[in-house]
Amino acid sequence: MLRKTFMAAAIVACTAAPLLAAGDVDPQADFKAFRKYFTERFPKVPLNDFVNGPYSMDEGLRKQWKAIDEFPPYEFAVEQGKQMFATPFKNGKSYADCFPNKGIGIRQMYPMFDTKTGKVVTLELAVNQCREANGEKPFDMAKDDMAAITAYMAFTSRGKPFDIKIPDDPRALAAYKKGEEYFYSRRGQLNFSCASCHVQNPGNHIRTEVLAPALGITAALPIYRSAWGGMGTTTRRFQTCNAQVRGEPLPAGDEDYSAVEYFLSYMSNGLPISGPGARP
Amino acid sequence: MAGTIRVRATASGDATEVQSLIRHPMDSGFVKDAKGELIPAHHIEVVQFEHGGKTVFTALWGPAVSKDPYLKFSFKGGKAGDELKVSWVDNKGASDSLVTKIQ
Amino acid sequence: MRKTMVLAAALSLVAVTTAAFAASADDAKAALAKAEAAMKQAHALKNEWTTTAAEFKKAKAAADAGKFDDAVKLAGEAEALANASVAQAKEQEKLWPEAVVR
Repeated sequence: MLRKTFMAAAIVACTAAPLLAAGDVDPQADFKAFRKYFTERFPKVPLNDFVNGPYSMDEGLRKQWKAIDEFPPYEFAVEQGKQMFATPFKNGKSYADCFPNKGIGIRQMYPMFDTKTGKVVTLELAVNQCREANGEKPFDMAKDDMAAITAYMAFTSRGKPFDIKIPDDPRALAAYKKGEEYFYSRRGQLNFSCASCHVQNPGNHIRTEVLAPALGITAALPIYRSAWGGMGTTTRRFQTCNAQVRGEPLPAGDEDYSAVEYFLSYMSNGLPISGPGARP
Repeated sequence: MAGTIRVRATASGDATEVQSLIRHPMDSGFVKDAKGELIPAHHIEVVQFEHGGKTVFTALWGPAVSKDPYLKFSFKGGKAGDELKVSWVDNKGASDSLVTKIQ
Repeated sequence: MRKTMVLAAALSLVAVTTAAFAASADDAKAALAKAEAAMKQAHALKNEWTTTAAEFKKAKAAADAGKFDDAVKLAGEAEALANASVAQAKEQEKLWPEAVVR
């Protein structure tokens, strides 16, 4: 009887939000409010469709996307990524040795908080950590090789729900808070925050683009962006967003980028991975 | 350049619908690189689709077509199991071709 | 006598006003340094604007070309932009919780 109670308590403790400093950050409450905001604002959008960004907001765009998706432009990147995954490093090891489940179908667990180093590890950082641990040079996090390998990894996770964990560790909570702060802080000469576009104006136009909702926004990364004529990683997208509001982009791998990806992905928990994506 | 062509051809009634994606930089020749120098034109000039010994579709491309071009068209005829050949030539004389079976 | 005095006064006035307008190489150097100090602050707060660096680049080019008046003006603009981004970062540190979806 005591054992059952203990087990029940242990299960509850694992699934409940970590204990917080009073009045500080409450990820679970944020999660509920965030979800409620988007589902109430867009009652006709099925929950899982938010991961399709602007296509969940605009019917005309969706039709074009469906047509493109018959022969997706990211196909080449996925194939390249698959080849890279199958090619061993100089020391004979491969990516499969660094990741759980040999790196297949695990993208939805990233970013994750590494309690050993006290840092958030995004999928891109994990790929480079794997490379460096095996004597290889890290990839430029904004460029094509990183995009190809993360495209393949995302592809193997298509449909799997985001499963981002915030362990009961004050450093993890601090990282979550940092990400939340980054998301809601105005920046750049245009004085926009991420929220200015993706919370206040999803479905609306900014110049010729239709803005995506923040809910599920990391699920489709990396993306083939027609505007770039090529693939882009999460890092590239963040850097571009910064530049678009006339803010100097942060260097790739910056903790703020990891933190905001952590925050956004946690907000999207339960929503399916839709990456790699194709965007205008 | 090998392995640049992806094609899917589906027979439906008396017509066949073809979609293809070709991997090619399609540099127009008007774009400058980071150093300010023009990236030389490098783009496909002719794309051809052949079925039953006849050319069913020809495209004459130039600088206006974007990178990794996607193409979709239908032609009368063709049935599942038939062969369809796709080939292209670019302005540098490079080429690639692929034979696929209509589904 | 009076005419000479008026002329002298007029000349000295002109001398003073032209001296006030013409910036020296040292003025340009000082203006650039001030701008750089402000930009350093913005960098420390991780909130720099792309237009700040662009303006500073123009200021430096002007100084290098000997156009010290322009250099001082442009450096002043770069400094103002950097200061504005610093102010933005400091404000946002306090304001961001207001924006959180609750």
